[in-house]
Amino acid sequence: MALLKSNKVIYCLGNVSPSLGVLSTRHSSWWGGVQMGPPDPILGVTEAFKRDTNPKKMNLGVGAYRDDQGKPFVLSCVRKAEALIAAKQLDKEYLPIGGLGEFTKACAQLALGADNEVLKSGRSITVQTISGTGSLRIGANFLSRFHGGPRDVYLPKPSWGNHTPIFRDAGMQLKAYRYYDPSTCGFDFKGALDDISKIPEQSVILLHACAHNPTGVDPKPEQWKEIADLVKKRNLLVFFDMAYQGFASGDIDRDAWSVRYFIEQGHNIVLSQSFAKNMGLYGERVGGFTVVCNDADEAKRVESQLKILIRPIYSNPPMNGARIATTILNTPDLRSLWLEEVHGMANRIIKMREQLVAGLKKEGSTHNWQHVIDQIGMFCFTGLKPEQVERLTKEFSVYMTKDGRISMAGVSSGNVGYLAHGIHAVTK
Amino acid sequence: MSIFSDVPQAPPVAVFKLTADFREDSHPQKVNLGVGAYRTDDSQPWVLPVVKKVERLIVEDDSLNHEYLPILGLPEFRSASSKVALGDDSPAIKENRVGGVQALGGTGALRIGAEFLRRWYNGTNNTATPVYVSAPTWENHNAVFADAGFKDIRPYHYWDAAKRGLDLAGLLDDLEKAPEHSIFVLHACAHNPTGTDPTQEEWKKIAEIMKRRKLFVFFDSAYQGFASGSLEKDAWAIRFFVSEGFELFVAQSFSKNFGLYNERVGNLTVVAQDNENLTRILSQMEKIVRTTWSNPPSQGARIVSKTLNCPELFAEWKGNVKTMADRVLLMRDQLKSKLQALGTPGTWDHITQQIGMFSFTGLNPKQVEYMIKEKHVYLMASGRINMCGLTTKNIDYVAQSIHEAVTKVQ
Repeated sequence: MALLKSNKVIYCLGNVSPSLGVLSTRHSSWWGGVQMGPPDPILGVTEAFKRDTNPKKMNLGVGAYRDDQGKPFVLSCVRKAEALIAAKQLDKEYLPIGGLGEFTKACAQLALGADNEVLKSGRSITVQTISGTGSLRIGANFLSRFHGGPRDVYLPKPSWGNHTPIFRDAGMQLKAYRYYDPSTCGFDFKGALDDISKIPEQSVILLHACAHNPTGVDPKPEQWKEIADLVKKRNLLVFFDMAYQGFASGDIDRDAWSVRYFIEQGHNIVLSQSFAKNMGLYGERVGGFTVVCNDADEAKRVESQLKILIRPIYSNPPMNGARIATTILNTPDLRSLWLEEVHGMANRIIKMREQLVAGLKKEGSTHNWQHVIDQIGMFCFTGLKPEQVERLTKEFSVYMTKDGRISMAGVSSGNVGYLAHGIHAVTK
Repeated sequence: MSIFSDVPQAPPVAVFKLTADFREDSHPQKVNLGVGAYRTDDSQPWVLPVVKKVERLIVEDDSLNHEYLPILGLPEFRSASSKVALGDDSPAIKENRVGGVQALGGTGALRIGAEFLRRWYNGTNNTATPVYVSAPTWENHNAVFADAGFKDIRPYHYWDAAKRGLDLAGLLDDLEKAPEHSIFVLHACAHNPTGTDPTQEEWKKIAEIMKRRKLFVFFDSAYQGFASGSLEKDAWAIRFFVSEGFELFVAQSFSKNFGLYNERVGNLTVVAQDNENLTRILSQMEKIVRTTWSNPPSQGARIVSKTLNCPELFAEWKGNVKTMADRVLLMRDQLKSKLQALGTPGTWDHITQQIGMFSFTGLNPKQVEYMIKEKHVYLMASGRINMCGLTTKNIDYVAQSIHEAVTKVQ
């Protein structure tokens, strides 16, 4: 209330001040005390980009894939699936609360592997969610209501900006473990193990399954093994966020390796999946939330409670994207086509990373840019400092987030040279 | 020892359990009068012809992609939706003080509105503000507000079982006695589950007290057009309250009137006092949406937006809506006639006086049990039937079943 500007204070008293001409039929607004919410930092970048008139401008902010012409990419397998679906003339009846059954089955199989013992024994439950965000939120709500352990969720430092408010709004508290090492632009393995070893038992630890957002820094398999071991020793509840399966290395099984390894090692994980990036279904909001339980009975009980959580948020999930995803996953030619296209997207990103580093060398940069190639997935933590980012934006119209993160998807063969030039200019 | 070993089995949501039981029933004459979705006279779901047409246009449009919508949703959808609720010539819209938040169905709109109220209404983070819902009401209203954090959810008098109509005196009394600033969830038309709406004069009385006692108006509008067949008529209460100067919310659903149930298309219309307030409100709505679903699904919004914003498609849609509303009115008429012809004890005028998809028959739980177990006619324990489940083919059987239930079971 102390943030009310003076004119708002007068406004609230308006009905006793004739000079303000407040109508007798209307009392003062209910909403005088509502503060202006700060703009979303990531989406704010796109807003600023749109306003810029420089023909060479580059949007390296939001993480949506672009083709080499800088255009949104609708996968062929998606178009084909849509045509198949349109021909079927299906109805639009409500889905069950937990979503389309064929979708949740295919979604779980994609993450865990079709022959996973967990799926065969029926000891897991997967519900369809509103993409990754919706999945994380359902998961957070579920933990908030049913997790008997500490309220703390440990995020890697840094993590996706939206993780914190999601868990907080669900009633959990946020803590962090070391993750990114700015001196190497790589993984702070020692720091991570050190911090994780001190996390109180039964706390929740969130892990990015692959293509860490925002750094692009992933643990190596050997490092994952040590993390899994330590997490088990500490008896922590593992919450995997997998938003980029297939998109990181180009190989869906390779990208899901960490998830499958943890399960194999006996962790009963919870898992959020998104199909926004790997199927390009961003606006259709396709995702899944999985809870691996002790047995089928527990899975049924957990499922019943997930439904009770979901119903008062949005009743049941949207059909369109789930149908597309299911059609792709369950139709052999479409599935093969999808795997090729995902591979193609991942490859283009990898190529851009290589070209950017080559470009920087050509510009004469003497810095070590190896991390640009070592990092994986859509994002690259360049190591640029806020002042350098500001210059890059002001002088070159290159838009990115203040933390130095760039979305490699926004880089193309047409503009990678310009980007290298700009980065070199602000870092030499 | 699992961390989830203590998770209890939750009871199933009644209305979905009813449909599940119906599906398992092999009786040849079974009838499903449970879940609230429109059915044709052949008991089939109906994808509106205008929807099919627009979907084809969307699939064939290569310029469309699947990119993220803005957090608050598709702009053309939001403005067209609010316009449908408030009217083309709405002064509030002209004064630039109306905004929309695209949401996942009516449920999503209610939830976002409820979250906002909990954070910013009547002080900040005020979970103690009473929220009043009608007795009875759609069963999910309670959970929406409870899960949004409100601790005090109370019923207001609504259905008078004895006279099978609106308990106006009880309702007005509750309004008078409610603590100032209490939130009231009002059904804009076609009250679910009773089908009983206040008359215009009754709405005026309600509005007068609400204004005087500073009560917050939260309309739930899930059946605009579907109730009477006229968009304007079904929005009369909303428009009246707006003309009376209320700042209010309207949770709109396009599930029924567009038949887009599974695409989850809804809109939370916000009517604020002025544009400045509206801007701040919407900025906070964004924060709530961002941690709930980030941004809404595009398919359904595109369909509704294209339809509402194109005069020909809009006219075609209104025709489709009237088709649905007319079939329901016909079934009401026929059910009442048949019960009267059978000489079924009691009065059955309420069947044609009530409006919209649902009718509160007045059957008691025992009679309902009889209907389900003996006659394989599935309806809610409250006696609520979905008129859309009636067809010219099954209406005799249903009328006969009701007759038996009423005469054999007390």
